[in-house]
Amino acid sequence: MSPSRHNNLMSAYSLPSSKSSYSVISAFCTEDNIPQCISYINQELGSLGLAAHIQADPPGRASLNAAPALNAMYELLQIHRRSMNNVEELEKEQLKKTSTLEHMQTSNSRLKDQLELSIREKSGLHETERQLQLKLKTLQSCLKTEKDEVQKLQSIIASRASQYSHDAKRKEREAAKLKERLSQLLVDRKDKKLAIEMLNSVGRSDGKRSHWKTAKATASREAEMYKSLLSDYEASQRALMLENAELQKVLQQMKKEMMHILSPCPPLNRGGSAEESQELGDSDREERSAETSRETLDQSCEHAREQLTNSIRQQWRKLRNHVQKLDNQASLVQNQPPSNAEVIPLETHEHEVERMRLEVQQCKEFIHAQQQLLQQQLNTSFDDETAALLNGCYTLEEKERLKEEWRLFDEQKRNFEKERKNFTEAAIRLGREKRAFEEDRAAWLKHQFLSMTPFADRMRSSSSDGQSALSVKSEPEIRTSSSKAPPVKSSAYTTFSTPKSSKSAAVPSTIDVCRTLRLIPDYSSSRHSNQRRWQESSATEDEESWLKSKSKVCSSDLSIFSLDEDKNPLT
Amino acid sequence: MNFSEVFKQSNQLCKVSPDGKYLATCVQYRLVIRDVNTLQILNLYTCLDQISHMEWSSDSLFILCAMYKRALVQVWSLEQPDWHCKIDEGSIGLVSSRWSPDGRHILNTTEFHLRITVWSLCTKAVSYIKYPKACQKGLDFSRDGCYMALAERRDCKDYVSIFVCDDWHLLRHFETETQDLSGLEWSPNGCVLAVWESCLEYKMSLYSLDGRLLSTYSAYEWSLGIKSVSWSPSSQFLAIGSFDEKVRILNHITWKKIAQFEHPAIIDNTKTVYKEIEKRPAVSSDEMSLHDITVASSLFSTQSKYDISPLPVQIPVVKPDPDRANPKIGVSALAFSSDSRYIATKNGGFQVHSLNWHCSGDSLILIGKDQLCLCYMDADQNNE
Repeated sequence: MSPSRHNNLMSAYSLPSSKSSYSVISAFCTEDNIPQCISYINQELGSLGLAAHIQADPPGRASLNAAPALNAMYELLQIHRRSMNNVEELEKEQLKKTSTLEHMQTSNSRLKDQLELSIREKSGLHETERQLQLKLKTLQSCLKTEKDEVQKLQSIIASRASQYSHDAKRKEREAAKLKERLSQLLVDRKDKKLAIEMLNSVGRSDGKRSHWKTAKATASREAEMYKSLLSDYEASQRALMLENAELQKVLQQMKKEMMHILSPCPPLNRGGSAEESQELGDSDREERSAETSRETLDQSCEHAREQLTNSIRQQWRKLRNHVQKLDNQASLVQNQPPSNAEVIPLETHEHEVERMRLEVQQCKEFIHAQQQLLQQQLNTSFDDETAALLNGCYTLEEKERLKEEWRLFDEQKRNFEKERKNFTEAAIRLGREKRAFEEDRAAWLKHQFLSMTPFADRMRSSSSDGQSALSVKSEPEIRTSSSKAPPVKSSAYTTFSTPKSSKSAAVPSTIDVCRTLRLIPDYSSSRHSNQRRWQESSATEDEESWLKSKSKVCSSDLSIFSLDEDKNPLT
Repeated sequence: MNFSEVFKQSNQLCKVSPDGKYLATCVQYRLVIRDVNTLQILNLYTCLDQISHMEWSSDSLFILCAMYKRALVQVWSLEQPDWHCKIDEGSIGLVSSRWSPDGRHILNTTEFHLRITVWSLCTKAVSYIKYPKACQKGLDFSRDGCYMALAERRDCKDYVSIFVCDDWHLLRHFETETQDLSGLEWSPNGCVLAVWESCLEYKMSLYSLDGRLLSTYSAYEWSLGIKSVSWSPSSQFLAIGSFDEKVRILNHITWKKIAQFEHPAIIDNTKTVYKEIEKRPAVSSDEMSLHDITVASSLFSTQSKYDISPLPVQIPVVKPDPDRANPKIGVSALAFSSDSRYIATKNGGFQVHSLNWHCSGDSLILIGKDQLCLCYMDADQNNE
């Protein structure tokens, strides 16, 4: 109370003190009550704990001892300052506290709202949970009822089944009894017996006789049955063994391949995994050596089989891990910048592919260009004249050749025509000469015949002339070319020109006739062949018929009169 | 393709002899034998009644004609037309008649399956086999003709008897693990006998030749089970078609399922689907694929051709009446090709009577009620 009183006093007194002096503070200290004031102040100072040393300097006077008064004032100011600081601090603290209080209040209110909300939600959820529980309960009860029903139905079915089987058995027994009775009755009945009527017995299908039924036979049947069963089992076992061996082979191969894949991995992996693969390789090698020794054992051994399957499983696991690692590496590599050995092959691969594609493209273009040029060559798009000229150039040589050949051909044709004409003329001449020759021959034969008579001498001379003429003329015949033969011959025979009519009355001798006739066919045959080669005239046909007639005459009975007139080819 | 003239026949009894030289047809009570190449009538036999069943013997020398109503079987010889043989079962009746594989014995099943009578044509001897079972396929001969397996039923239990066909000597007689045996079939190599249950339970049992149980297979419970069974010609696979429209293939080493084929209503995964298009707008067209093979039933002769349908293809499904027995669902016919590469299946109620492969394995013949269809496989088509 005293500090506040003092404060009030001080504040009351501070204002006026700034403006005026002692005249304003007249309420407390006047010039009269100085010693009282001094004692009072000393008391107050003492109660405040300060040194109360204020005295009037000369006692009883109005002035004070400056030093203690100043000291006292200084201390009072200090106190005042300190208290002001405290007040400030307290005010600050109070502000802080009010703000925090406000903050707390707002948050409190907010939290209260939230709490309310969550309480409401909780109650809602509770509600739904309750409903769901209810539903669950109902469903469970339904399920239970269904299950019960199913059980019931099954039991019903079972009971009915047993009932039916029982009934069926009962009925079956009845039926069996009926059947027994029936068969009894039927078998005993005399009116309709069962019988077989056969015309004659039929032989067995395999042609053998039937055997007696002996114990040995039954045993052999059993043996046969077991034999067939055994053979079937053996066959199936063989098949299974083969299959087994094949499968084992396949497994072995798989194992080897897997080991092969797994062991040369160090160059492919990166550094970190290289060690692992090294280890893998080592373990594989160890395993391999161990297993090769085991493989020499019998493969059907159970132990070996188990070993095989276990090793296969192991290898498979390793392979799988390896593949997984590779997959991881690949995914990592995709994310990282490509600066690894593994990526470069891929890049180079792509480069290669690109390069090849480019090459292919280029080649295609090249081919296309060539095709186009070829097309241009073939399908000229010039005007018609040049096209015709060009075409003409290509075919000119051929035309020339053709013309040459045509010319030659025409020449030859003409030559042939000439020769044909010659030949026909020659044939005609030949025909005429033949006729003449015939006549001559007839005359000569007649002459001969007549010469066999006592008038032989006269005739011989003329005949020898004829013969010599023949021989003389034969030489030039041989010398000259065959194409000239007909004219030569015809000329040779022109000497024997006798009239046609005399031929019919010719009467030659037997032997001489034959000889001459045989001779003449020889000559004529050679001439005939020559003619056939060079001529197509009808003279050849006449020759043939003439030949025929001659031979007939020769072979016949040499009746001179058989020289037929109607067979004369010259008519 | 040329067609011969149409010949009359009755009861669909028309068979070519096993050696391929003769064709036998039955017209009412007459048996007509023709030469296959010239179709000239070689022989004509007259039986005593309308022929119900006709069968060639394995060596093509004899034909049996069975008349079930009169319980008579008449056997005719091709070599000697005068030879005749008549087997009269008497009052006991006749339900089925067949040849034995050697062609010298006839097995007659009497009425009510009271017994099987074995008549020998060599010795006129008779043997009886009692208690044969009346089921879908109770008797089967092995392919080499050595053994016969017969299903029997005594005292409400199923048994299988294995006979040696030479002298009808009983080799093995064992009880099977089935409740109600429905059929049995030898494997082509004659060493395994497949025995299956009736359709109330899916159970396939495999027995070896000497009667040991090798394995059983059951795909599921409670629903209708096995409908059809077929061995592959190499004896390596056993195909089981069931009422759930699936085919399951078992292998002969482990007798476990190695493959399963389904017949979905919407085909999406096969290579080609052939759809038969008929030129009659009223009848719905059917489809054919290498898995499902169907043939439309037609009342009149119509022109039909096959088109390749684009996938997916919807097959018309007819839901069977659930109240009736023997519903027309499920795989009812199976056929392996001769090289065991392909299997043809028929699913559903389509009117296909039989599926048969050509011995070369390249073509398949489907015989429907009124039609038949030949399917040729391309060499480059691959399908399992």
